[in-house]
Amino acid sequence: MKYETVVGIEVHVELKTKSKIFSSSPNIFGEEPNTNVNPKDLGFPGTLPLLNEEAVEFGMKAAMALNCDIASETIFDRKHYFYPDSPAAYQISQDKQPIGEHGWIDIEVDGEKKRIGIERIHLEEDAGKLTHSSDGSLVDYNRQGTPLIEIVSDPDINTPEEAYAYLEKLKSIIQYTGVSDVRMEEGSLRADANISIRPVGEKKLGTKTELKNLNSFAFVREGIREEAKRQEKMLDKGEVIQQETRRYDDKIKKSVLMRIKGDADDYRFFPDPDIPPLHIDEEWKERVRKEIPELPDARRARYIKEMDLPAYDAGVITDTIEMANFFEETVEAGADVKQASNWLMGDLLGYMNKELKEVQELPIKPKDLAKMIELIKDGTISSKIAKDVFTYLVEEGGDPEVYVKEKGLVQISDEGELTKIVGEVLDANEQSVTDFKEGKGRALGFLVGQVMKATQGQANPQMVNKILKEEIEKR
Amino acid sequence: MAKITKEQILHTADLATLAISEEEAEMYSTQLTEIITFTEKIQNINTDGVKPTIYGSDNDNVLREDNAKRTITQEEALKNAPSKEDGQFKVPSIME
Repeated sequence: MKYETVVGIEVHVELKTKSKIFSSSPNIFGEEPNTNVNPKDLGFPGTLPLLNEEAVEFGMKAAMALNCDIASETIFDRKHYFYPDSPAAYQISQDKQPIGEHGWIDIEVDGEKKRIGIERIHLEEDAGKLTHSSDGSLVDYNRQGTPLIEIVSDPDINTPEEAYAYLEKLKSIIQYTGVSDVRMEEGSLRADANISIRPVGEKKLGTKTELKNLNSFAFVREGIREEAKRQEKMLDKGEVIQQETRRYDDKIKKSVLMRIKGDADDYRFFPDPDIPPLHIDEEWKERVRKEIPELPDARRARYIKEMDLPAYDAGVITDTIEMANFFEETVEAGADVKQASNWLMGDLLGYMNKELKEVQELPIKPKDLAKMIELIKDGTISSKIAKDVFTYLVEEGGDPEVYVKEKGLVQISDEGELTKIVGEVLDANEQSVTDFKEGKGRALGFLVGQVMKATQGQANPQMVNKILKEEIEKR
Repeated sequence: MAKITKEQILHTADLATLAISEEEAEMYSTQLTEIITFTEKIQNINTDGVKPTIYGSDNDNVLREDNAKRTITQEEALKNAPSKEDGQFKVPSIME
């Protein structure tokens, strides 16, 4: 039978406030265990939560950027479960009145556009971190109380590729708003997928399984594909799919049963009487809305339309707001649009991926890159020398013009000087001259190489080509 | 009359990971049913036009500025822990 896959994705994003959502402990990743905790975080009786205003605004900002309606009245609820990562035995979350609802993200897969609905976005607190060993579990409560937003998509996703595109887009939008680092490797973005299948044409949803432990977007894509296959095989054999939680094991490329969902999921939600309700008026909403920068889709469209940037380039350049800003500043400093884009997409991204650094962590400045591009354009440096200059810009930073002069990297474009060097090279390589005259075109490349070698790469390549041909003619 | 069944007692005990015997569940079922029945009298009060009360005050938007501070040390955090290791709380394995 032919089946259709139906996927809904839940994404948890940690908000980068200075302090926790309900206490003033620092919200910092990677500290010594249990150093960013206070009695509230540890669930001591008598302690009270006090809501962080910035966390609320970050939540609003993310929800607005994802096209949600923002609640005018919202409350916090207690979600009860018993597990050592939650010292109070309940998590403060939002149940019936989330901060945002009815949003969407537009994605594109193989040129096909699709709108994925967002059912809701709610604020909640993160739990502590458990490390399991043979004789017990160790608990670090530093993460307890970190502000989170949970973004729940509608079951509008039908392929692993759509899931991947949805996550990429979501990450990019959140990154632009500046409310989170959205680093999956640090756990500041985590994704779970609810997966079910149904015969094509069937309206009723099939029984879903929840897939956890998806450590990268690639694993989300892979995990959904494998889980849908598993369910198809079961249905084809007449078996019944159980509602269960599974985790994706990327080593064996299969989903593995964690637990069967059933009566155990009884969270006994009720409004937290310790946190007074929140009224969000239009004025507050507007103030937050004004802080949202131009988002990736709008930027991409603008780069294509107003700057004539190819669609592919525009997509790569707008992935992070820092890269997009860097690009715009480079162009504003006078660089050619396509040249700027080429350097950013090629050498800069290559360097960032190699060093695992973001553009804002590098010493290179847009005005310096623009100046380097200008130096290539006016013939001061060759594109080969530019690679050197670029390395200097990303590793040390500085004025490329000064660097080029100090290092004596200025391109030799003096006709007399080049003619002299060409003459010497031709004298030393008579065989190649003969070869070229006999029609072996490759010999010219060799001679160009020799000239470049003699000038340490500083000869103007176009002129070398021209002079070489002229000088060979004379022989 | 609302009855709190033995099954509900066992389910609740399970959620709280409390070990309860069948006999105890029977006993609690009877006791809690009596308590609930007694408190059901309150249901007879006419509450038309009365807003549900969740909070102890009429405050709203009680918010704090986003300033971070450390208040206790790791040592203090772990002071009352019956078991600890490497600066962390140690608890029995409860992964099934």
